[in-house]
Amino acid sequence: MEHLLEMRNLSIDLFRGKKQPPVKLVEGIDLNIDKKQTFGVVGESGCGKSITCSTLMGLLSFPLSVGKGSSIRFQRADGSEVELTNVSKAEMRRIRGKEISMIFQEPMTALDPMYTIEEQIQETLRFHTDMNRAQMHAAALEMLQKVKIPRAEEVLKDYPHHLSGGMLQRVMIAIALINNPRLLIADEPTTALDVTIQAQILDLMNDLRESYDTSVIMITHDLGVIAETCEQVAVFYAGQVIEQASVEAIFHEAAHPYTSGLLKSVTSLGGAQKELYAIRGTVPTAGNFSAGCRFADRCEYCEERCRAQVPPLVEIAPGHLCRCFLHPARKEGEA
Amino acid sequence: MKNYIIRRLLQLIPVLLGISIAIFAVLRLIPGGFASGMLGIDATPELIEQVNARYGLDQPAITQYFNWIGGVLRGDFGQSFRSGAEILPEILTRFQVTAELTILAAIISWVIALPLGILAAVKRNKLVDRVVRVVALLGVSVPGFALSILIILVLSLAFNYYPPLNYVGLFEDPLRNLEIMFLPALILGTSMAGSVMRMTRSSVLEVLRQDFIKTVRAKGASERVAIFKHALRNALIPIVTLIGLQMGSLLGGAVVVEQIFSLPGLGQMTLTGINNRDYPVVQGCVLFIAFIYVLVNLVVDLLYAYIDPRISYD
Repeated sequence: MEHLLEMRNLSIDLFRGKKQPPVKLVEGIDLNIDKKQTFGVVGESGCGKSITCSTLMGLLSFPLSVGKGSSIRFQRADGSEVELTNVSKAEMRRIRGKEISMIFQEPMTALDPMYTIEEQIQETLRFHTDMNRAQMHAAALEMLQKVKIPRAEEVLKDYPHHLSGGMLQRVMIAIALINNPRLLIADEPTTALDVTIQAQILDLMNDLRESYDTSVIMITHDLGVIAETCEQVAVFYAGQVIEQASVEAIFHEAAHPYTSGLLKSVTSLGGAQKELYAIRGTVPTAGNFSAGCRFADRCEYCEERCRAQVPPLVEIAPGHLCRCFLHPARKEGEA
Repeated sequence: MKNYIIRRLLQLIPVLLGISIAIFAVLRLIPGGFASGMLGIDATPELIEQVNARYGLDQPAITQYFNWIGGVLRGDFGQSFRSGAEILPEILTRFQVTAELTILAAIISWVIALPLGILAAVKRNKLVDRVVRVVALLGVSVPGFALSILIILVLSLAFNYYPPLNYVGLFEDPLRNLEIMFLPALILGTSMAGSVMRMTRSSVLEVLRQDFIKTVRAKGASERVAIFKHALRNALIPIVTLIGLQMGSLLGGAVVVEQIFSLPGLGQMTLTGINNRDYPVVQGCVLFIAFIYVLVNLVVDLLYAYIDPRISYD
């Protein structure tokens, strides 16, 4: 397997009762994550980006489940391959926190208020290694210093409520990286933080990624975060990938009307915008998707066939995938 | 911490003073007095006056109150009008029975309620959860006396077993004592278990929904660690509060169950005192029960700080 992770035709079902068919929250996702790559996943809230990544951790719980025909293959540290949708619970526990780890959006609620920082870092070691207390203490201390927490020795003894959001997110990063995982999933890691802290955390993650050789999946709705950290980007819309390309291609040659809409709606200080740009309409909810293109109702270029048929995800340039019928036509029309 | 405890104990003083006034007044406001109760229907006004004079009940209420409370402050709860026995030693002897009963009942209720409550939360909406919820509802709604009578009936009719009725102290004959205590403790325990079970279920359920449980799972924790180490500890505060309230009121005597199983506990003593209008007995018991109740609440508050590092009394 040449990639670290290969996701094929992933779908996630929402159970609605025995008599109704499940709703597909996410459908037909194909993604490849390379070793040492930072892969961005962008999309509005509710587009399925977070549950897609929870699936990687085997953390979906009722009423959500992985749909039939989905496949997620992951290359383990020992070189063997594993099918994550079909792995035993015990095996998944050995992968979680060791080979794939995760950082969450809300650092203030992501740590257990009842235990010290040290205990919560050591726990991760205890699940996956057989270090003794002294070794774990040393490892935890070293890790806190790596995530640039001042007076790390004292912070180890602190409880989560003693620390600020930024500090807690550093602790979360320390917990996620302490077992040197092959893949780190960062689910909106900066969304809940102050802007100044956001930049610090992103810098820290960039630094650590280089020293740890970890691949990162960066889930965010913030294109600025993508620009700062990612190499490859997938844009999610209503449970589908609608465009996927290198970060340069996304920012300079966005092909899908939704992606260009997203880019236009980014506010910049220097720009001469009089009014904030917004894509008209709202995201359709799962179960109410149209038969054709899911963006059709909001698209300024929408044609008849857009409503009738689902556009396939096609390679419009090397490494650049787009799910839109109108791509070549639209380019010509604009030119 | 030490300062906090001292402050709380000082707060006890006004509370107990208030209670002493209230119980003193209430006893004298309820119809029927000690003398008419003791003498029965044939009592003549002259006889009643004589009895009242003998027990100081002819003095003004204020004088009576200060005589009594003055004694209490010196550690002298007075003597029972009826039997003439010293009240405080009797309260303390009977409290041992009540305390043993309470502790046994509490242990039984935890053994039943905590595992089932956790199980119901983890298996939410599954069959186990439904069964547990129904059982818990029954436990909450079936009154102790009904359950007691039912159990005694079943045991005696179907198994020809009669619960022993002559109380023996724990230190005289432990086995015999436990045999006597087991049924009443079981009955009190099951009725406590109902609400503890419901509280455990809802509290654990709420914690399981929180973000940090997802973090714990993402770290590779087993379900056992996620539930017992993280979810349960976070769910403990409301459970401990409920258990504290339950034990506090049980330590004041389980009147009905003590009566049914003729256990010489505090509840029985208070009830007999009320029936006889034995003023100093009732006053002493109520004051003592209130003291224990407040003390149990203090212990619960101190437990909070032990369970949750965010709570501190410094």
